[in-house]
Amino acid sequence: MASENLTASGYIQHHLQNLTYGQHPDGTWGIAHGAEEAAAMGFWAIHLDTMLFSIGLGILFLWLFRKAAKKVSVDTPSGLQNFVELMVEFVDKSVKETFHGKNKVIAPLALTIFVWVFLMNTMDLVPVDFLPHLASLLGVPYFRVVPTTDLNATLGMSISVFALIIYYSIKVKGVSGFVGELTLQPFGKWMIPFNLLLEGVGLLAKPVSLALRLFGNLYAGELIFILIAILPWGIQWALSVPWAIFHILVIVLQAFIFMMLTIVYLSMAHEDH
Amino acid sequence: MNINLTLIGQAISFAIFVWFCMKFVWPPVIAALEERSKKIADGLEAANRASRDLELAQEQATKTLRESKEQAAEIIEQANKRANQIIDEAKEQALSDGKRLRDAAQAEIEQDVVRAKEALRAQVSALALSGAEKILGASVDVKAHSEIVEQLAKEL
Repeated sequence: MASENLTASGYIQHHLQNLTYGQHPDGTWGIAHGAEEAAAMGFWAIHLDTMLFSIGLGILFLWLFRKAAKKVSVDTPSGLQNFVELMVEFVDKSVKETFHGKNKVIAPLALTIFVWVFLMNTMDLVPVDFLPHLASLLGVPYFRVVPTTDLNATLGMSISVFALIIYYSIKVKGVSGFVGELTLQPFGKWMIPFNLLLEGVGLLAKPVSLALRLFGNLYAGELIFILIAILPWGIQWALSVPWAIFHILVIVLQAFIFMMLTIVYLSMAHEDH
Repeated sequence: MNINLTLIGQAISFAIFVWFCMKFVWPPVIAALEERSKKIADGLEAANRASRDLELAQEQATKTLRESKEQAAEIIEQANKRANQIIDEAKEQALSDGKRLRDAAQAEIEQDVVRAKEALRAQVSALALSGAEKILGASVDVKAHSEIVEQLAKEL
């Protein structure tokens, strides 16, 4: 633990606090100390730890895959290439099963989502105190290492996906087709306001549910790791090991669900009703 | 939980990652995968074709072998026949040659006999004439008596 005199709730709160950089209410720029200060910064603040880890992991993913892709060989695939091919084939299969149109974006998008979200989730398996403690030794007060436990990260992705849904809906069906889909279903043209409400909620629920599902699962998982970390050190392993093993399933599953739902939403955007 | 600028930062980095993946990661890997599956399909097809070819070739070989055997047997038979024929012909030739030689010899012998007879007859007639001359004491007119002599000679 970062400091001896921390209470349990203080410890938990400390672990759930992002390293927020923004403008203090008094006009100076700097790191927020505590949740109230971070909240006072409003929208124009940034979570440095979330950005660092998400971008770092994204670059790790692309570096690794690019390395394999650059010297890809048809006849004698190396170990890394086998792994990359496995992932690509898996994603390609998932996309082909669900999405039947022609679109060069969806498959790479799905691969990026799957691997990136998986890597970000995997940070959850690093013992909860390792990196924050290391950071505190370097003088960094707050350090959350799992980007997907930050709602900003999951919402950032799901809103991007939402933008793609709107873009492809309009591209495939045209503006009138898209508006018609929102207003003329399911009850015909005499119920346009009601239809709009229904379909609008359905449309907006997509990115929100996408983001909240991933966030909620990982946040809860991390919280339990933190709670386990409060226990006396001698018995922590008895709980953290089973939970971590179970969590391996969760992190893969959540990455897969995020990817699959993205594919499904985008394929729905391509379909005319 | 504060919603703040991180959201936009995440969206931007997400977009960049997706773009990079789409541009530099996905195409080479998927191209390699497709090429490999095509290669495997081609290989399997080639193997199928090769085994079919092999079957055909074996059939062809068996057929050729059988034909050659038949031909060889035929040739041997013909040769045997020809050999027999030649032997028969040679035998016939030898027989006929022998017969001809024998006939010629026979004819010569007969001629010789006739010639000897003629000579003997002439000598006998001359002897008879001279004997008769002696007996008659006078010369016999050869011209006048030649007919008689001839007659005599013929009787010999």
